[in-house]
Amino acid sequence: MNSLILSVGARFLTALFLLFSLFVLLRGHNSPGGGFIGGLIGAAGFVLYSFAAGVEAARQALRVDPRAIGVWGMAIAVLSGLASALASLDPFTGLWLILADLALSTVLVFDIGVYLAVFGAILTLVFALEETL
Amino acid sequence: MSWVLALPIMIPFVTAVLAFLLRRSRMGDLASVGGSVASLVAAVVLIAEVLDQGVIAGQIGGWQAPFGITLVADHLSAAMVLITAIIGLSVAVWSLAEIGPTSARFGYHALFQSLLGGVTGAFLTGDLFNLYVWFEVLLISSFGLLVIGGRKSAIDGAVKYVTLNLIATVLFLAGAGLLYGATGTLNMADLRGAVAASPDQGLMTLIAMMLMVAFGMKAAVFPLFFWLPASYHTPHYAVSAVFAGLLTKVGVYALLRVFTLIFVGDLGYTHEILLWVSLLTMLTGVLGAAAQSDFRKILSFHIISQIGYMVLGLALMTPLAVMGAVFYLLHHIIVKTNLFLIAGVSQRLTGSSDLYAIGGLYRTAPLLAALFIIPAFSLAGFPPLSGFWAKFVIVRASLDLGEWLVAGVALLVGLLTIFSMTKIWAEAFWKAHPDGRQPALADLPRSARWQMMVPIIALAVMTVLIGAFPSAFLEFATKGAEQLLDPAAYVAAVLGEARR
Repeated sequence: MNSLILSVGARFLTALFLLFSLFVLLRGHNSPGGGFIGGLIGAAGFVLYSFAAGVEAARQALRVDPRAIGVWGMAIAVLSGLASALASLDPFTGLWLILADLALSTVLVFDIGVYLAVFGAILTLVFALEETL
Repeated sequence: MSWVLALPIMIPFVTAVLAFLLRRSRMGDLASVGGSVASLVAAVVLIAEVLDQGVIAGQIGGWQAPFGITLVADHLSAAMVLITAIIGLSVAVWSLAEIGPTSARFGYHALFQSLLGGVTGAFLTGDLFNLYVWFEVLLISSFGLLVIGGRKSAIDGAVKYVTLNLIATVLFLAGAGLLYGATGTLNMADLRGAVAASPDQGLMTLIAMMLMVAFGMKAAVFPLFFWLPASYHTPHYAVSAVFAGLLTKVGVYALLRVFTLIFVGDLGYTHEILLWVSLLTMLTGVLGAAAQSDFRKILSFHIISQIGYMVLGLALMTPLAVMGAVFYLLHHIIVKTNLFLIAGVSQRLTGSSDLYAIGGLYRTAPLLAALFIIPAFSLAGFPPLSGFWAKFVIVRASLDLGEWLVAGVALLVGLLTIFSMTKIWAEAFWKAHPDGRQPALADLPRSARWQMMVPIIALAVMTVLIGAFPSAFLEFATKGAEQLLDPAAYVAAVLGEARR
């Protein structure tokens, strides 16, 4: 697509989309948000970039094969669910590590996994479609 | 308890990750087969547990029902999980012969395993929103599998498939949202009470209809079936086999679950519609098949007509009819997958799936011909194969209700099914190959021969066994139907465990 407005705007918007997607991801624990919607927003950023600059440029900007991102996301999500087996709890039970003011949990790890899985899956599909159609 | 329920879902996803990481080597194929074996073991453990204890429920993350996500297995769910694992293993082995390195590198095995994980999740979840999530998992992985062939026609079919399925999932999501707004819960066991107690029964029926359209589209019932014949004949045979066996059945399962557990307040309205839908589905499917001349297209239309029988069992809503629906569901998955696998071998041997361009299989590949007869006649309802008992129970149930028209249509559709199966038989097997080709199983490389024929033989043996010893399976289906029609045990397993 040859639109100056789009190609200039996309550079800023992609960065904004990515930043916002991380914000939504981290906010998701106690408020609306989370990995799924975060991953969608992040993917939307790259989809916009691919419209403006072409799929090849978007793939280069991403650096990593989106399929690999998706699969690693799935691996992280499943492993975070398996972790509770070590504490002999129900699957996907959250395990917490409290460091002074910082509370880390397997729940966050799960959400990051979902973020990556959705991000990778959507980009795989969209890039593939743009390339074949 | 929760782990018994969660592992059948988690194993396919772990397998998917392994298969993807190993996709460049032969190890990826083996990971897929190994993971399918592990899934089968997990499914057997699950069904043993269910047979031993009745309905079992587990809470994900330790969040109690109705707040967290519940996994539930009753007879129907456990049997569906087991059959998914059986189909998964069969097709995973069969894929070894069909899926070349290009598709494998693209991530075929990973997508295939995610699909199986999604199907299993849909069968085990006890939460309506979670069911939606599994539908999305199914949609994404099946889209990947559809386009993996990479041809133009595959993209065309896939886009139709995805667009229509997206409409279905959006309707489903909207219905689930309305339901949550009206009752404040999405836990299916909890919804049973909440929907019955709702002051606004009109809204409940409206939501029921939204879900019926959504699940109906997934199940490919009349008039929402047209995406199925448009997309099922384009991908790899292994892909269409697993789609034919499992994907539409997720829709049927969802209908069975939701319209016995949750929406039973206005049977005269919802189930009357289901009844007419099922009759039209049976007829249009079988008539559509009669007009086709492509092996896979005929089989695709027959999926539709067979779905009609299952929905009919649900629509009649008597213990015998629901039992028939459950039995039909289980028998059909095995038979249909097998027919697609046989179509795949036939294409490989004769070079085409166009019935007018192939032939000669009976003379030169008699084993394949014999193996075709079993699922084909079972599909048409010949005694003593499994399909006979499935049809017998459904027809009997409609006669018990005095529904002569319904019974007549069911029998007529059975006859027309024989017509299509005979057509395949006459064209692909009986007549000589138009190019004078002599298709024989010996043409296949030795390893491919084993990988393709062993799953087909195993599934055919299952069909024969179900037909020869129907009482055990009918008894199991009866128990499943009892649990569906009187979900007290289901509700108690989900909500009772919350209080413990």
